[in-house]
Amino acid sequence: MDVDIVSRKRELVKEFSPMLGKSTPFSKISIGLLVLIILIGLVAFVLQVLKGHEITGMRDNVVWGIYIINFIFFVCLSYSGAFISGILHFFKTPWKNSVSRIVEIITVLSLIIGPIFILLCIGRLDRLHYLFIYPRIQSPITWDIIAIITDLIGCFIYLYLTFIPDLAMLRDNSEGASNWRRKLYKFLAIGYQDTLTQRETLHKITRTMSAMIIVLAIVAYTVLAWIFSLTLQPGWNSTIFAPYFIIAGLYSGVGVIIISMYIIRKYFKLDHYIRKIHFIGAGIVLLVISLLFGYFTFSEYFSRWFSHKVQDINLLNTLFNKYFWEFIFANYIGVLVPIAILFFKKFRTIKSITFAAVIAVLGLWLNRYLIVVPTLETPYIPIQDTRPEFIHYSATWIEWALSFAGIAAFILFFILIMRLVPIIPMSGIIDYEREQKKHPKALTQNRKK
Amino acid sequence: MENDMTNKKDNNRRKFLKLGLMSSVTAVTGASLLANLASEEELKSSGEKIRLLTPDGKVVEVDADNINNYPEAHITPAESRKGIPNRSFVMVIDLAKCKNARNCVESCQKAHKLDHHEEFMKVQLIQDNEEGSPYWFPKPCFHCDEPPCVTVCPTGATFKRDDGIVLIDNDRCIGCKFCITSCPYSARQFNWGHKAKYDDTSQPYSPETSVPAAEGTVMKCDFCPDLLREGKLPHCAKACPMGVIYFGDKNEDIVTNGEETVRFSELIKDRAGYRHLEHLGTKPNVYYLPAVNRQFPLERGFDVEEEILERYKDVPEVQEFKNQNKTEL
Repeated sequence: MDVDIVSRKRELVKEFSPMLGKSTPFSKISIGLLVLIILIGLVAFVLQVLKGHEITGMRDNVVWGIYIINFIFFVCLSYSGAFISGILHFFKTPWKNSVSRIVEIITVLSLIIGPIFILLCIGRLDRLHYLFIYPRIQSPITWDIIAIITDLIGCFIYLYLTFIPDLAMLRDNSEGASNWRRKLYKFLAIGYQDTLTQRETLHKITRTMSAMIIVLAIVAYTVLAWIFSLTLQPGWNSTIFAPYFIIAGLYSGVGVIIISMYIIRKYFKLDHYIRKIHFIGAGIVLLVISLLFGYFTFSEYFSRWFSHKVQDINLLNTLFNKYFWEFIFANYIGVLVPIAILFFKKFRTIKSITFAAVIAVLGLWLNRYLIVVPTLETPYIPIQDTRPEFIHYSATWIEWALSFAGIAAFILFFILIMRLVPIIPMSGIIDYEREQKKHPKALTQNRKK
Repeated sequence: MENDMTNKKDNNRRKFLKLGLMSSVTAVTGASLLANLASEEELKSSGEKIRLLTPDGKVVEVDADNINNYPEAHITPAESRKGIPNRSFVMVIDLAKCKNARNCVESCQKAHKLDHHEEFMKVQLIQDNEEGSPYWFPKPCFHCDEPPCVTVCPTGATFKRDDGIVLIDNDRCIGCKFCITSCPYSARQFNWGHKAKYDDTSQPYSPETSVPAAEGTVMKCDFCPDLLREGKLPHCAKACPMGVIYFGDKNEDIVTNGEETVRFSELIKDRAGYRHLEHLGTKPNVYYLPAVNRQFPLERGFDVEEEILERYKDVPEVQEFKNQNKTEL
C-alpha cells in the first residue's frame, strides 16, 4: 500500500507540475499588466507621501474615503476566508479539498493587502511606531491592530500547516525542477515524511488551528465593525453592526471564492477537480448569506426610517437623493439579483453562479461605500461651507490608482503562490483516496459524475 | 451674601476683583501671577515665602518657587497634559446677542495662525425647526467631559486635562483621523497638505497654543490655555464686541465676558442655559443661552463677505434675503 501511495504521489506531482511552471504568452502579458498597475499605484503612493493627503479627495468632513472602504472590504474578505476555511476543515466537509486552498490563499493575501489601505489613510506614516510606543488600550484602533496581527499570524500558521504535506511531496518528486525550487521545498517541508504519527499530529494541529481561526475571525470582524459602531455617528452607531459586518464579509468572501474558482478552473483547465457541484454548493451558501445580508440591510435601514430621528432622516435623505443609484445597486440589485439567480434550480449554471458572485461582490463594495461616505457627509451639525470638496467626497485618481494597485497585487500574489504549490492540495487527494480504500462505500462528491 | 451677588452691577470693586478670576491668585505686586503647580516632582522649597491675596480676599503664603514668574513661558507638550490646578473651565455663549460679527473667528484665526478657511470657532446658522427662526450659533470645541475623541485616540495624542480642557499634542498625533469621525460636533480639522507656516519655528510648539500646526495632524479649538495661565480671556471671548462669549471657572462658579462678571450657576438657571445635543451624553463644557429677546435682527449677520453668506444658502431666510437683494439691485 505504501508503494502505491508513493507512486500515486509521483503521479500527482507529475500532473500538477506543469501548473507550477506554466508560462504562456497570456500569463506573461497578464503578469506584466498587473506589475504595471502596481507600479502606477506606487507612483500615486509616492505622490501622496510627497504632497500630503491634499491630493486625495478626502477633506475635513469626509476624512475617510475609499481607502477605508477597501480596508474593510479586504479585511472582511480575509475574515470570511478564514471562517469558511475553518468550517471546511473542522467539519470535514466532503467536497472541501478542491476549494480549500483557494480559500486559504484568499484569506492570507487579503489580510496582507487590507491593512496597507489603512496605512494610506494615516496622515503621518513616519509616526506609525507611536502606536506601539504610546499605546492606548481604550482605543478601538488598538483593539483592531491586536486583532489583525493575531489573525494574520494565526492565518499564516494555518496556511503553512496545510502546505506542508504538499511541500514534502514536491520535495520528494522534484527531480526535474530547478535547484532553488528544490532547496526551497526542502526548507519549507521541515522534514515532513508523511509517516503515520507525523500525519496524525499534523491533522490534529490543523484541526485545532481551524477551530481557532473561526474564533479569531469572529473577534476580528467584530472589532472592525466596532470602529464604526462605537462612534456617535448616526449611520454607524448601530448595535447590529458587528453581526452585519460578519454576514457582509461572508457575502463578499463567498463571492470572491466563486469568482476565483471560475477563473482558476478556466485557466488551468481543472474541470476534473473543480466541478459543477462545487459551484452549486458555493452558490447555495451564497444564497443563504445573501438572504441574511438582505435581511440585515433591511433591518438596519428600516428601523432608521421608521423611527425617523432627525439625524437618521438626514442620512436617508442623502442616501436617497445624492446616492440614489448607488443605493439601488448596492442594496437592491446587489442582493436581489444573486437571490433570484441562485434561488431557481434551473438558473444554477457555473456561469450564472459566477455572474451572481460578481454582482454580489460589486454590490457589497458599494454597500460599504454607502456606510462610510454618506454618513460623514451628513454630520450632526450641518456642513456650512462653500468649498465643494469639503461638502461632497469624490475620490481622486491617486486613490483609484492605489485601489486598483491593491487588487492587482492581490491577483499577482495569488498567481505567484500558485507557482509555488498546486492550487489543488495533492495531499488532500491522497487522504481522500486513502479514506476511500478504508471505507469503500463512503459516498462523496468524486463518485458523482 | 445672596443680595451682594445679585447686586453685582453696582458693586464695582467686587467686579474688579472677579476679573482676575482666571488667575488663581492676584498678586500683591500687581503682576498677574499664577501658581503653576505644574508637577509634584518639580516642587521644591526655597524657603522664601511670598504673601498673596486670593480673589475672595484671603491672604495666603506661598512658596516663592511655586509661583510661575513668567506666565507667558513656553509650556512643553508634557507639561500641557497636566492642566491648570483646581480649575474647571467653562464657556457660556449667549445666542441672543450674536449677530455674526465674526470677530471671534478672526481673532482666533490670527492668534492661532490659521488660514481663511481654517476656523476653530465657526459661526453656524441654525434653524431648529421649520417654524423656528434661525439664529447665529458660534461653535468652538465643546471640551466635553466625556470626550469621544479622546476615547478613540490610539496614541493618546489628544487628551483631557484636569481643568476640563481637551487638547491635541500634534507631536504625538499619527493622523488616523478617528477622532474627527467620532466628534459629533465636527470640531476637529485635519492639516491636509504642507503649508509654509508649519516651518515657522520662531515660536516653539506647544499644545496650549496649537502653533505651529503640523502637516498630517489634527487641530481644533484649544480654549487658549496660554492666555488662561496669564489670567486673560480666550481670544474669541475677548474679541467679541457684543459680549456674547462668557468664559470662566466652574469651581469658582464665575464667568465673565470681559465687561460683565456673573455667577455661572445663576446665569444658567435664570437664562435656561443648555448644551448642544445634550442627548449624546458627551457632557460638553460649552453652554448656550437660548436666542430669546434678541438684541439684533437676524439680517444684521448677513452683512458679511459674499463667500461667507454663501455658506448659509441652505437656510430659507438667507435665500429670501438674497432674492430680495437681487430685485433691489
